[in-house]
Amino acid sequence: MAIKEMTVKEVAKKVLNKENMFILDVRTEDAFQDWKIESDSFDYMNVPYFDLLDGVEEIMDDLPKDKDVLVVCAKGGSSQMVGEMLVDEGFTNVYSLEGGMKAWSEHLEPIKVNDLKDGGELYQFVRIGKGCLSYMVVSNGEAAVIDATRMTDVYVNFAKELGVEIKHIFDTHLHADHISGGRTLAEQTGGTYWLPPKDATEVTFDYAKLEDGEHVTIGSTQIDINAIYSPGHTIGSTSFVVDNQYLMTGDILFIDSIGRPDLAGKAEDWVMDLRETLYTRYQELSDELIVLPAHFMIMDELNEDGTVAEKLGVLFEKNHGLNIDDQDEFRKMVTENLPPQPNAYQEIRETNMGKINPEDEKQREMEIGPNRCAVR
Amino acid sequence: MNVAKVLDAKGLACPMPIVRTKKAMKEVESGEVLEVHATDAGAKSDLTAWVKSGGHELLEDQEDNGVYKFWIKKG
Repeated sequence: MAIKEMTVKEVAKKVLNKENMFILDVRTEDAFQDWKIESDSFDYMNVPYFDLLDGVEEIMDDLPKDKDVLVVCAKGGSSQMVGEMLVDEGFTNVYSLEGGMKAWSEHLEPIKVNDLKDGGELYQFVRIGKGCLSYMVVSNGEAAVIDATRMTDVYVNFAKELGVEIKHIFDTHLHADHISGGRTLAEQTGGTYWLPPKDATEVTFDYAKLEDGEHVTIGSTQIDINAIYSPGHTIGSTSFVVDNQYLMTGDILFIDSIGRPDLAGKAEDWVMDLRETLYTRYQELSDELIVLPAHFMIMDELNEDGTVAEKLGVLFEKNHGLNIDDQDEFRKMVTENLPPQPNAYQEIRETNMGKINPEDEKQREMEIGPNRCAVR
Repeated sequence: MNVAKVLDAKGLACPMPIVRTKKAMKEVESGEVLEVHATDAGAKSDLTAWVKSGGHELLEDQEDNGVYKFWIKKG
């Protein structure tokens, strides 16, 4: 019998609303341990689909009958098979995740952060499956996109709905965990693609140089984007102050962690840059600025409304990475015992430099897994 | 290598490569080798885990022009 499918958008809503659901993940144990649909409100069971080919009898007693059961696999094929077997056994509360973890990784949930002055707006695009955050700043018919993912149609369509034109596209740094949509988005919209030149020494395409003190205005009412050179995660990493209210920190500072300096192979060299950015440059900024990072690592970093944002002053108090007085201890923390590096991070960097151009399917494979850009 | 049977699972999406492999395994004797060809990128990790859980042995695997090849000895 046919199995009902649940879309990634529906699952995202359940995560954000903290609804309860039972996840039956039928990928391998390694894949499940490495990366799954995260929510404190979900219950989990992991049984690889290939252990269920002869029947689902063994797991039937462990599945709840009184709440939704979502079967999850890599691409949606195996979850459909297992789900159909469960339906045949009489389950009516079972769904298959449409498109599997690949679709989950690609879903972007746009959430309005706030209004800006003179009718401007600020949106955060939460890539909930992978923990990537991108942004759209809107003012007076114009828009800027910051740290765009490769799902560029989402921004194009969103801008169309708002009736605004994407004029500027920024990357805070050369990303290593996901493929940037910046260049494609610039081609699609005719907008200017800005990159920090120190991260772009090897890129194969034209871009606008984003340097310290650069001001870019969005809309005629002047929503100001002010670039601040803030190296450490990469040598070119640049932060933005938007409308004198928001600090976009890229992969330098997160809500509950800080950026790791090793993804371009330069951990030792960049430790002190990271330290200076976090402990000197950011200290000089107003505590009232609201930090908007390029990633989150755990669901606890999400606010009630689904956004990922916190005052800089609060982070100075609560973020462990901003409260290590001893330099050697700091050096140790960001260079030793680091988590595994993101999947295919070297190939991702080369793709973002334009050196290689993998097909769409290959790009999806490269981005499998969590972002892993932080050290805590 | 002495291959008892070759299974062509190219162009099949998950879960079919494993479903077919499991079926083909029934047609070879314990100790014999089954060669599997697949194009699904997920096949490698899935087959590796399946072989282990089924008590078989993955003797060798290769990637050649987008085709993944596996040699599995039946346990």
